[in-house]
Amino acid sequence: MRHGIPIMLGYFSVSFGFGVLCIQKNLSILAAVGISVTNLTSAGQVAGVEVIAASGSLIEMILCQLVINLRYSLMSLSLSQKLDPSFNLMHRLFAGYGVTDEIFAVASAQTEPLTPAYMYGLILTPFLGWSSGTLLGALAGDIMPASVTAALSLMLYGMFMAIIVPPAKKNSRVLFAVLIAAALSVVMHYCLPMISGGFAIIIAAVIASVTGALFFPVTDENNGEEKK
Amino acid sequence: MSVAVYIAVMAVTTYLIRVIPFAAVRGKIKSRFLNSVLYYIPFAVLSAMTFPAIFYATGNVITSVIGTVIALVMAYFNLPLIVVALTSSAGAFIASLIIGGIS
Repeated sequence: MRHGIPIMLGYFSVSFGFGVLCIQKNLSILAAVGISVTNLTSAGQVAGVEVIAASGSLIEMILCQLVINLRYSLMSLSLSQKLDPSFNLMHRLFAGYGVTDEIFAVASAQTEPLTPAYMYGLILTPFLGWSSGTLLGALAGDIMPASVTAALSLMLYGMFMAIIVPPAKKNSRVLFAVLIAAALSVVMHYCLPMISGGFAIIIAAVIASVTGALFFPVTDENNGEEKK
Repeated sequence: MSVAVYIAVMAVTTYLIRVIPFAAVRGKIKSRFLNSVLYYIPFAVLSAMTFPAIFYATGNVITSVIGTVIALVMAYFNLPLIVVALTSSAGAFIASLIIGGIS
């Protein structure tokens, strides 16, 4: 359980930003918390809120979540190799819900096989941080003056920058993918406004990632560095 | 369409993506290409979500761009997430007060 505490603190601040964003996009406090409790993923949730705000189609919602969260499949796949024999199907169905970037990173660093008790403890504290952060962010977004919430709505994007800039600075392959994604997203926004927000994110991210993989294939197994 | 339907669809999709490999699949992904794509996806997604949305985040392009520049500089110096987020917001807020004071 204590392994989850540093993750909890990070999640709290990111989800606070998410809560503010939801209010900004005219979602209710209940909807904001509902999304966080049922999804437990930052990027997917923000893209989901964009789709809801734009009254996008459900197909768009599914595709969006599929592309953005596809990496979890790989993490689940990798963790499934490390599970203790006591991890039966029932436990897998529950614990599978909590596979996020950070929880994956901590769990995969363990040398012992992963028991259900360990995984539940590791998931619980970040889950609480994520839900309570969203609630407080949504409440703050609801009661604070518009000028403050307007400024606070930058928080989430600021954190995204804090996640992508340091690895992009160190690693030119990541910089390449990040720049292509940003450029495509900007071009679609201004030149192809008929493409809705959710699809624009999918298209930009997939083209950037495939281009990155074609020109700079990754050799090591290091999938770390990125945050949830 | 009701927001609840969106949330339900979103939650089920995300859950299945995580649980299917966790519960069913055995063995590792060998394709170097696929592994590379999956490596780049999180960075590319965050980047595509941030730009150009960050330029409109506050509802005012000038204060948003000021916040963006602060976030870029702070992130460049490896400051923690929360510091980058708060200084960026604070910068935009101060800018909005100054603009409000002038006009």
